[in-house]
Amino acid sequence: MDSPLTSMSDKSGPVVGGPVVGGPVVGGSEAARRLGVRKTYKLYVGGAFPRSESGRSYPVHAAKTGELLAFAAQASRKDVRDAVVAARAAQAGWAGATAYNRGQVLYRVAEMIEGRSGQFAEEISASEGVSAAVARRTVAAVIDRWVWYAGWPDKVAQVTGGANPVAGPYFNFSVPEPTGVVAVLAPAGSSLLGLVSVVAPVIATGNAVVVVASEERPLPAITLGEVLATSDVPGGVVNILTGRMAELAPVLAGHFDVNAIDLTGATADARAELERLAASNVKRVFWAEDDWAGEPTPRRMLAFLETKTVWHPVGI
Amino acid sequence: MADKTGSVGGSAGGGSAGRTARVATVAAGLDWQYAPAPESRDIVSIAPEYGLFIAGEFAPAATGRTFATVNPATEEHLARIAEAGQDDVNRAVAAARVAYEQVWGPMPGAERAKYLYRIARILQERSREFAVLESIDNGKPIKETRDVDIPLAAAHFFYYAGWADKLDYAGFGQAPRPIGVAGQVIPWNFPLLMAAWKLAPALAAGNTCVLKPAETTPLSALLLAEVCHQAGLPSGVVNVVTGAGDVGAAVVAHPDVNKVAFTGSTEVGIAISQAIAGSGKKLTLELGGKAANVVFDDAPLDQAIEGIVNGIFFNQGHVCCAGSRLLVQESVADQVVDRLQRRLTTLRLGDPLDKNTDIGAINSRQQLDKITELSAAGEAEGAHRWSPPCELPKRGYWFAPTVFTGVSQSHRIAREEIFGPVLSVLTFRTPDEAVTKANNTPYGLSAGVWTEKGSRILWMAQRMRAGVVWANTYNRFDPASPFGGYRESGFGREGGRHGLAAYLDV
Repeated sequence: MDSPLTSMSDKSGPVVGGPVVGGPVVGGSEAARRLGVRKTYKLYVGGAFPRSESGRSYPVHAAKTGELLAFAAQASRKDVRDAVVAARAAQAGWAGATAYNRGQVLYRVAEMIEGRSGQFAEEISASEGVSAAVARRTVAAVIDRWVWYAGWPDKVAQVTGGANPVAGPYFNFSVPEPTGVVAVLAPAGSSLLGLVSVVAPVIATGNAVVVVASEERPLPAITLGEVLATSDVPGGVVNILTGRMAELAPVLAGHFDVNAIDLTGATADARAELERLAASNVKRVFWAEDDWAGEPTPRRMLAFLETKTVWHPVGI
Repeated sequence: MADKTGSVGGSAGGGSAGRTARVATVAAGLDWQYAPAPESRDIVSIAPEYGLFIAGEFAPAATGRTFATVNPATEEHLARIAEAGQDDVNRAVAAARVAYEQVWGPMPGAERAKYLYRIARILQERSREFAVLESIDNGKPIKETRDVDIPLAAAHFFYYAGWADKLDYAGFGQAPRPIGVAGQVIPWNFPLLMAAWKLAPALAAGNTCVLKPAETTPLSALLLAEVCHQAGLPSGVVNVVTGAGDVGAAVVAHPDVNKVAFTGSTEVGIAISQAIAGSGKKLTLELGGKAANVVFDDAPLDQAIEGIVNGIFFNQGHVCCAGSRLLVQESVADQVVDRLQRRLTTLRLGDPLDKNTDIGAINSRQQLDKITELSAAGEAEGAHRWSPPCELPKRGYWFAPTVFTGVSQSHRIAREEIFGPVLSVLTFRTPDEAVTKANNTPYGLSAGVWTEKGSRILWMAQRMRAGVVWANTYNRFDPASPFGGYRESGFGREGGRHGLAAYLDV
């Protein structure tokens, strides 16, 4: 574990106020300078923002300059288990909400991101080392992606389900249902657009998610947690962990109360072992390295849906 | 299956059973005598030896090894079957690859469709032959093979034939691509039907196949290979390699297999997942189950009793979606159990080729041992065991229909898949309790609900975590109806439009 003190003394020089994002200084004259208030980036679990139960954190640096941005909580295997418990507790209620309601809640998330777009753009710019203009375009894409998925909850059943014309006097129909608790390993590179692209499709259909954010670029993910916490998304539907992917991924892959896992953010080397662990309780395993800037497809939603087929006799 | 028996000869045609089928007597003091109604086994000729079907030809295994398949109803030796080795599997996969690259993959869907229609038609034309062969090799009653296994297998080919030239409209985007070579491993409980479930969608989507039938029931798959040949199916499009689990393991592990489909136990399904982890192969699994069949106090009880019987005693309970846990509302529990027991007393167990037979033979010694062991555990753990008066044939593998009452959720017979004619009866008071108990299993393949109240049916159907819910019916199957599990019962669907997804690059 890195020592906060040594790390700070090494690299915290330029940071006067809060983390780089948001700007260190407010006010005009030297005399009016005030010390900014930094944000503590914690986990987002069960609708609350706890630190890691392990008490660990790790420094997060700007991609380009290497300057210290903040300390992120370094989640432990116990944090993973707590997050799964929170997800399980929330899942049935979320799935049981009407599709119309889920769509509205997701749309509300897009509204909240829009309101914070400046903050997200600064965090993305710092985290990924991209220009302010690129970061702003990325946030726009993030918002549009949420809106795209916000429209899906009340449509996906009509696209993937329907009546089946069986050869007999039965009414037979198929409906999609959420798989349950889904673990997601978010892509390493795209700190917010990638994260949103793997989380939104999972929750749109009524799953609850435990997502491990990009290890090197975790800050926008936690800010997204703040958005979710103020967007009527029930606590526990999305749980965001930051920390070491290599430490957390196997715990999720082997967890018996996780129904499915998206390995997109796993390294190619780690994938085989994670798939082996996932097999222990017949998890659904998915991964796809998408072009996050490209148009989304329903594929990621369909990967975490079950098909339920119901029969009933027809007669008088 | 009662104290009074009528002697029913084995098959007329030759040499099968020297047994007697037990004739029910019965309730209400009536004494029914059924005349024997044996199906002739002459319609099918079983060769003394069968080879592997690779690249359009039957040939012995390179290893030269063979194994025997027996009639489980009599333990009579039926034939020797080639036992594939790694070289044979390599050859089969290579044949499938060539067929995929050069013939089947490039072929227009409309042409593929016509081959599948041909196969469906030949299955219909040779259905009686298939029904008899399946009954002999598997031990299941002829009325089931005749009325369920074979017609459904033909229907599956007919259904998917029509998809072959309509894939653009299946909802997976324009011009969805096949995956390549499919390695398919199937179980012994519905040998031909499972082969159809695997081959039909795979071929319709443009894949080629290496099929590994179960060790104890290889004959119908080999006859299906002959049908493929008769349909003019290009060589290598379907290959059949026979043997035990190691052959299946070699098929799924083969590096040139792109898609793996398995139906069987959860234990083996997990082993397969682990074996191919990281390979990038597309996988679908149809695994075990421990389905709850929930009967409310307002259920149509006459129909429910039939549904319970059909749910667990169809195919000797060798059904992954069998309704092996009966959950009865407490207020009608005594009545339901009483009626059920009376009904079971009229079931006829015996010669599978007799058209009157309801309960056939257990498929293998190994399976009989497993059922026997789990049933003994049920007694040892304190559940009350009951079977109708039932004399079992002296030879072959047999197990009387068995009902356990006083079962608690912790009992092994309420948790583990028995895969035999053994029903565990539990009770509940409220709908919430029924849902909780129904879902208290790592499996999630199927469920049943019996009630006259429509809103309650839909309420239950929403809450039971299972891929198939039968309401006021049980064990219905159709090629247009997606089938497959939640949770540890596997993933992917077979049947319907959904079944195509398993064989397309989507």
